[in-house]
Amino acid sequence: MNTLKAIWNTTAARLSALYLVLFAICAGVLVIYMTSLSVSMLTTQTRNTISEEAGGLAQAYERGGLPFLVRVIEQRARQPGANLYLIATPDGRILTGNVQALQPGVLETDGWTEESFFYRRYGEAAANDTTGPHSAVALVLRLPNQMILLVGRDLGEPEQFRHVVRRSMVVAFGMMGLGALLIWFFVGRRALKRIDQLSEASRRIMGGDLSGRLPVSGSGDEFDRLSENLNTMLGRIAALNEGLKQVSDNIAHDLKTPLTRLRNRAESALAAKRSTREYREALEATIAESDQLIRTFNAILMISRLEAGNSAEPTTQVDLAETVRDVVELYEPLAEEKGVRLTASIAPVRAIAGNRELIGQALSNIVDNAIKYSAGVEGREAEVSVRLEQAGAANIISVTDDGPGIPQADRERVTERFVRLEASRNMPGSGLGLSLAKAVMTYHGGRLELDDARPGLTVRMVFPKADAGA
Amino acid sequence: MKILVIEDDREAAEYIQKAFYEAGHSADIAADGETGFSLADSGDYDVLVVDRMLPRRDGLSVIAQLRARGNDAPVLILSALGEVDDRVTGLRAGGDDYLTKPYAFSELLARTEALNRRSQSKDVETVYKVGDLELDRLSHTVKRAGREIVLQPREFRLLEYLMRHAGQVVTRTMLLENVWDYHFDPQTNVIDVHVSRLRAKIEKEFDSPVLHTVRGAGYMLKAGKGD
Repeated sequence: MNTLKAIWNTTAARLSALYLVLFAICAGVLVIYMTSLSVSMLTTQTRNTISEEAGGLAQAYERGGLPFLVRVIEQRARQPGANLYLIATPDGRILTGNVQALQPGVLETDGWTEESFFYRRYGEAAANDTTGPHSAVALVLRLPNQMILLVGRDLGEPEQFRHVVRRSMVVAFGMMGLGALLIWFFVGRRALKRIDQLSEASRRIMGGDLSGRLPVSGSGDEFDRLSENLNTMLGRIAALNEGLKQVSDNIAHDLKTPLTRLRNRAESALAAKRSTREYREALEATIAESDQLIRTFNAILMISRLEAGNSAEPTTQVDLAETVRDVVELYEPLAEEKGVRLTASIAPVRAIAGNRELIGQALSNIVDNAIKYSAGVEGREAEVSVRLEQAGAANIISVTDDGPGIPQADRERVTERFVRLEASRNMPGSGLGLSLAKAVMTYHGGRLELDDARPGLTVRMVFPKADAGA
Repeated sequence: MKILVIEDDREAAEYIQKAFYEAGHSADIAADGETGFSLADSGDYDVLVVDRMLPRRDGLSVIAQLRARGNDAPVLILSALGEVDDRVTGLRAGGDDYLTKPYAFSELLARTEALNRRSQSKDVETVYKVGDLELDRLSHTVKRAGREIVLQPREFRLLEYLMRHAGQVVTRTMLLENVWDYHFDPQTNVIDVHVSRLRAKIEKEFDSPVLHTVRGAGYMLKAGKGD
């Protein structure tokens, strides 16, 4: 019973029940319409037959009067068939014909009988009548000598037809219902079984086994497709989860180090008696360290906001050429101080829709990196070049340095949060600069590319086709 | 300088009040939007420091109503939200400056002093003078002890901003915002290098320093000895 109830609870079962009801209604209406149509056709046919008979009898009467009519009727009444003939006296006494008894009142009104009536055929005994009286329709005519002539036709055939239709209707509905029940049961049970498997698997996964996957039967049906999609989703969640874990590990590590340093510095300042100047220096170092921490936090927040993709950041028309000029001008003195030649080559490009602040910040992070890493190379003048150019429909800002570059294998990794290559561990920086630049590019529907500049590194900010309207 | 701090975090408010006092200013505290509004409306404050999220009434509506009533005291908005957009909506609501939590008090102090109503009057001056240093905003010339100093356009804007806030601490972020119009923290000491270039030009051949570095905070342009 529980299985049935569970099956009833499946969508498949409910849908088939709904279809069954709808189909039954349609079939019912159709059958009723068809029977009524055929019954009315049969009635018309019957009446036509009766009219013709009556016409023939009227001719016989005209030709030979009542005796000839009686003869004709007696002759016809002897023939087997569904036709009824009757001649009666004006007071309703039956003279001749093949009708033995009539439903009372039939002969009293002339013309077509309003409804079908009952009669008993001549020679049928009332006693052994198992089938009961027959029903018929008839035309009642009054002859000129006041005698009554009735011509009618038995309704047995149409009645039988109606019975046949009704019976076949019941049988058809019965089979349809049975079929629906069977289909319902098997389809429902199968669906239920698959769903139970899915629920079971998802319960396991919810229980903490994130590596678990939903069963795929291999038939490629909708359940398989659902399972495959859910499995892909689970894979993505697991990857994100892993990423999140890594990021929080990194955050913990990268923030723990400066916090520990901060604490130790304060502690050692308090540990011994020191001069005011020493206290002052310790406090200043503390402030500088805290500022760096705040900066790191701000960068993390900014990246998360950009990655969350909420477009609350205002979008305006950004002149990339101006942005490049601004940033190069901003960094030029720093580059000079570090012995790096910073050059810019700017092609005129159309303004793009974007956020000037974010693009400026991303570019300054990249330029900052380029200067920082190329400056470390001894023995020659380092060079960093910033180019703005149009390539096809895209606008590209590329920053090329001639520093050590980044090995192919690490290029993808360095844009992740807090990832710093071993070689640069001792350089100042939070490991967030490129992550922020990447987040900014993704936010603008573009991408950040890292490439080998032989020697050095090229970082390309690729802005997709500028939409002319915006 | 008389400052009103509308901030519901009591500990933070008291710390700010104490720090302002130590910097030679007086600060009143309002712990919610309604109190803040009535204090600001009746008192004569030089600068209002308003937190965005306040009980009873949010900071932006307090500012908007003050502005509607003709109160033009400079307002610095404090916010924990910190989207770029927040800054824009904040400034649009009538704020004059915007600072995102967490912030360094030195930053808050420098910005508050820069906002000070009395320093706003410098807007109309065409010539700034600090000691023997002179900057003419119309002819774009800079002179020190009567000798002309040639500056790049950006250096001129840098000096102009510093001179306008002469005697006040100006932070690196304030310089990036006001001279370059970018609102982010520069990664390394980019601003420092610009300042030292400028310093070389206005101090090198002259005997006394005017552009002082305030450690842990920023810079200050001041005649005579800095601290």
